[in-house]
This record gives sequence, structure tokens and C-alpha cells, in this order.
Amino acid sequence: MPERTPAAARSGPDPAVILRVENVERRFGGFTAVDVDHLAIRRGEITALIGPNGAGKTTLFNLLTGFDRPDAGRWTFDGRPLAGVPPHRVARLGMVRTFQLTKVLSRLTVLENMRIAAPGQLGERLWLAPFSLAWGRGEKENTARARALLARFLLDDKRDEPAGSLSGGQRKLLEMARALMVEPRMVMLDEPMAGVNPALKQSLLEHIVSLRDDGVSVLFVEHDMDMVHEISDHVVVMAQGRVIAEGTAREVTKDERVVTAYLGERFGGDLDDAAAAPGAGRGR
Amino acid sequence: MDILTGALRAGFSVDAAYFCLAAIGLNVQFGYAGLINFGQAGFLAVGAYGFAVGSVWLGLPFFTAIGLGLLCSVALGLVLGLPTLRLRADYLAIATIAAAEVLRLFFGAAFQDVFHGRDGISGFSAAFQAANPFHQPFLGYRPADLWVMTVGWGLVVIVSVFVWSIMRGPWGRVLKAIREDEDAVRSLGKNVYAFKMQALAIGGLIGALGGFIVALGQNSVQPDNFSFDLTFIVCTMLVLGGAARIMGPIVGAVAFWACLSLVSGILGALTEGRDPVIPAWLMTADQIGTVRFVLVGVALVVLMIYRPQGIFGDRKEMALHA
Ligand SMILES: Nc1ncnc2c1ncn2[C@@H]1O[C@H](COP(=O)(O)OP(=O)(O)OP(=O)(O)O)[C@@H](O)[C@H]1O
Ligand SMILES: [Mg+2]
Repeated sequence: MPERTPAAARSGPDPAVILRVENVERRFGGFTAVDVDHLAIRRGEITALIGPNGAGKTTLFNLLTGFDRPDAGRWTFDGRPLAGVPPHRVARLGMVRTFQLTKVLSRLTVLENMRIAAPGQLGERLWLAPFSLAWGRGEKENTARARALLARFLLDDKRDEPAGSLSGGQRKLLEMARALMVEPRMVMLDEPMAGVNPALKQSLLEHIVSLRDDGVSVLFVEHDMDMVHEISDHVVVMAQGRVIAEGTAREVTKDERVVTAYLGERFGGDLDDAAAAPGAGRGR
Repeated sequence: MDILTGALRAGFSVDAAYFCLAAIGLNVQFGYAGLINFGQAGFLAVGAYGFAVGSVWLGLPFFTAIGLGLLCSVALGLVLGLPTLRLRADYLAIATIAAAEVLRLFFGAAFQDVFHGRDGISGFSAAFQAANPFHQPFLGYRPADLWVMTVGWGLVVIVSVFVWSIMRGPWGRVLKAIREDEDAVRSLGKNVYAFKMQALAIGGLIGALGGFIVALGQNSVQPDNFSFDLTFIVCTMLVLGGAARIMGPIVGAVAFWACLSLVSGILGALTEGRDPVIPAWLMTADQIGTVRFVLVGVALVVLMIYRPQGIFGDRKEMALHA
């Protein structure tokens, strides 16, 4: 396993783990959507979260980032307990998520969508807001950073268009770029590749890998097993709200329980048959 | 011609000035931040009453009393915002409607020795009028009105510049983003609740400035100055001028008052004399006051259908609300 511990790493109980989840449970009425006993996401790695539709992946994201409250459970980010912490604090602590159903700010321009995400803006304080002298420079720097990111996501040409005029795939890209504007230590991407064309997907993958190389931990939800094989260091499989398997992409696709969860009892065989991926060998 | 000059005069009257301030306040809350405040009249009321009670009952100097009025409007913003701004948008709407009505009834009935019931409080603008530089009537306005108008429209300019200055930068950007999708803004690390609170308070403060103009313009404050009609007209003006535009509330207020006066002028001409153009069985001169508001309502409906973005709005932007 590569020892990628970024400089920002603080000594916690286990410095190799950035996000630790314990006994988190969320019920909707009588239905248990999430019931995760134990889950540890390693720092500086790319972790894929997979599972059939309705497995509880998005609900887990919502819980961990403070958008929803669990009925029980604790979790820590970088050793800091996060239960009850509101979403904006979670983001400021460095854990930034994107949404499965994109949430771009339609009437703002693409560039404004990016700029708003920059952290620590002086101009967001009401008493400084009227004085561009106070925030003009920060704004310039943020704009430069935003344009660089937009260029990497092939959106720089669109920067002055309202975000509402973007296509579905472009919105996914914008949302991911915008999450990076926050300067996160961990990003949680909910199906970042859904609806993105294959050529661009490849560059997105490279981008996610480069994120890891910058020391950012990545947790992403993805249905496409090729993608998962290609870039993930570790894979977590959820089904019916529970974590049913963990390991490398190879290991989990061979796992009996995973195959059953995906295909039902009727099919046997190996998930890898369906997803003989080009980068499948990239393990740890 | 009289009808036209009358309309022009109405467009820049004291009334138009305070409605304009109220609309600028609402523009910060509703236009930019998307907060549905149906109780702008309440913010004007606490501003005006805070000032009047401070001047008359507490005997405070002019600017201290003004400060008290501003303080009251911020307090109202906090009382309304703290419990409701975490909830869905409609809760604020209901709370503000109720609060504005409760305040009006309260000022009209409670503590008669302080608020003087429906007669209201009067006799506090001596200090203000003592500073009046105007001594001659001008364009048919009385000197006292000229002074209030000067201050009122001066405030409109100052406040508009202030609103422009905070909306062009990062603070305004967060507000506009909140109007679109709160959760997206939260996910980027912004404390949505705090921003909404600030917008509500600033809009309320600007509303209170309008309340001062009401008080100074008529040298009294009465509960009935702050009925729901006021809020309704302010909303109409904002929609007419175009929300989330600096010039929107100003143009809306001037155009609204000018049109209202124009309509009454025309209706007056059509119903006057022995043999009026509009037959008496259909409408008489003493119904003008009501009929003009009916026509305003109709005009508003037509406007919403054919130009929902208002005079200054951008249609393309409206269409993007996907
Ligand atoms: N607000 C809610 N109220 C009731 N049930 C809900 C709610 N949100 C989610 N659920 C249920 O919880 C389960 C898990 O949903 P979730 O969105 O987390 O699935 P998912 O793993 O993200 O699926 P997909 O891959 O299709 O996105 C589903 O059965 C869903 O119906
Ligand atoms: Mg999902």
C-alpha cells in the first residue's frame, strides 16, 4: 500500500484513516436505508463506493456531510467527531461533497459558480462587502484559480454563460470543479461520471488520480465497474444499507456476496466477466 | 396637461419616496436572497414608531430617536428570522404577514398613553423642520414637503449605492446563490442561515428608513399607515420595476405612483360634469379611489403574463430557472 500521508495530516488515533464511521444508522419510517457498523476511508487514497440502486450510498453521503441526521452513530473526520456538525462546517473542515442530482447555480455564470466556492473570502463579511479594496485582490486570485480549474475541465469557454445553459454532463464537470475550488482534503463525489462522454471520462479519471497525488482523499460513488477498476485503490460495497464487502476492485468482484447482491441469487459467476477492465491490474 | 403634471408630481412625492425605500428593502430580501417577506409594512411600522416614541415619549434627541427606530427594525428582523430562517421559505412568509398585522393592531390598541391608539403619535418633527432650508413653495410642493422629499430621495440614492456596493461582490453573490439552491451553497462551506439573517435585517433597516419618511412626511404616525395595502403595493412596485436590479424598485415606485395618479386623473376627467363620458350608473367620481386599484390589479396580471421580469429584468434569466 502506498504511504501517501499529506503534510496536512494530523496525528489522530490512526493517521492512515481520514474518515471513520461507526454504527451509523438511518431509518425512514420502518425502512432502514443505512446501517453501517464500521467503515474506514484511508487518507490519500481513492475509494470507490459501489452497490445496487437503492443501496443507501447517497443517503450515507448525506449523513456524513451533515445534510441529513442519522438515528444513531458516530463518525470522525481527521479524528474530529462530526455528528451534529452542520453541512457548511463540514465543508470548511475540508470534506466537500457533490450531488448525484447536480446542483449548479443556474442563474449565476459558470465563473461565478466557481468563485463562490473559494474559502475564506473577505468580501463575504457584510462589513467588508461594500469595499472592493478589501476583497478585490482575493477575488482576482480566486478568479485565476477558477479559470485554471475550468480549463482542466474544458469549461473555460463557457465561463461567462449562465450555468443553467450547460448540458447535463457539463453540469457534472462544473460541480466537480467547484468542489475543488473549496480546497478540500477529502472529496465525496456522487456519481461524478454519470452522463459524461467517454473521452472526457478518461480525462476526469486522470484528474481524480492527480487529486490523489496532490494528497486529497477521494470517495466516489460509481456504477461503471470499468471506472472503478481503473482508478480505485480500495472498493467498498454496499447493499440494502449495509457494507457487505471491502477490498481491491479485483477482490470484491470475485466476492460471492457482492455478485449475489448485484445479480440476485439466480446468477452465479464472476462480476469481472462483465467488467474485464483495461486497468484492472492497478491494485495495491 | 394637468393630469400629466399631476402624475409626474405624484411620481416624486413623499409617498413615492417612502414606498421606494420600502421596495429597496424588499429587493434585498426577496429580489436578491429570495426571502419571502410579506410584512414589509411591519418593518416600516416599528421604525416609525420607534422613532416617534423615542422622540415624544422618551424625549430623545432626533438622531438618537432615529437610532432607536433602526434598532427596533433589526430586533423585528431577528425575532422573525431566528425561528423561521432554518425552515422552509413559506414559514417566513407566514410569520411576516402575521407579525405585521399584529404590530398594527398592537400599536392601535395597546399602551394608549404611549402609542395613542388609532390617533397615533404626532408632534415630533419640529427639530427636523427647523433644519429645513426651503422657504418657498416650488413646483407646487410645500416647503415642508420639499424638505422631506429631499431627505427621502437622498436616502434612496444613498441606500441604492450601498445596496449596489454589497451586491456586486462576494456577499451579494452568496445571496443570489441562496435564492437558487441553499444546499449547493451549504455544500461549499457558506453559513446560509447567517447570510439570510443579514439580508433580512438589512432589508428591514432600509424599510425602517421608509418608516421615518412616513412619520416626518405627515408629522404623525398612525397604525393605519402600515396596513397590508402597503406591503402589497411595495410588492407590486418591485415586480413592476424588476426584482434583483438596483434600479428596479426606484423605477417601480415612481412608475407606480405616476400611473396611479394618471389613472385617477383620467377617471376624474371622464366622470366629471353634468354629462360624464362614463355614465353614472357604471361609475361615479367618488369610486375613483377604489376603481384605480382594480385597474392596477388588472395591469399587474397583464404584466405578469407578458413581462414577468418587470421593466428592468432579463427574460433570458427568468427562463433559466431550471
Ligand atoms: N428521504 C427519504 N425518504 C424515504 N426513503 C428514502 C429517502 N431517501 C432515500 N430513501 C430510501 O433509501 C434507500 C437508499 O437510497 P439512496 O438514494 O441512498 O440509494 P443509492 O445507493 O444512492 O442509489 P442510486 O445508486 O440509485 O443512487 C432507497 O430505498 C430510498 O428509497
Ligand atoms: Mg445515489
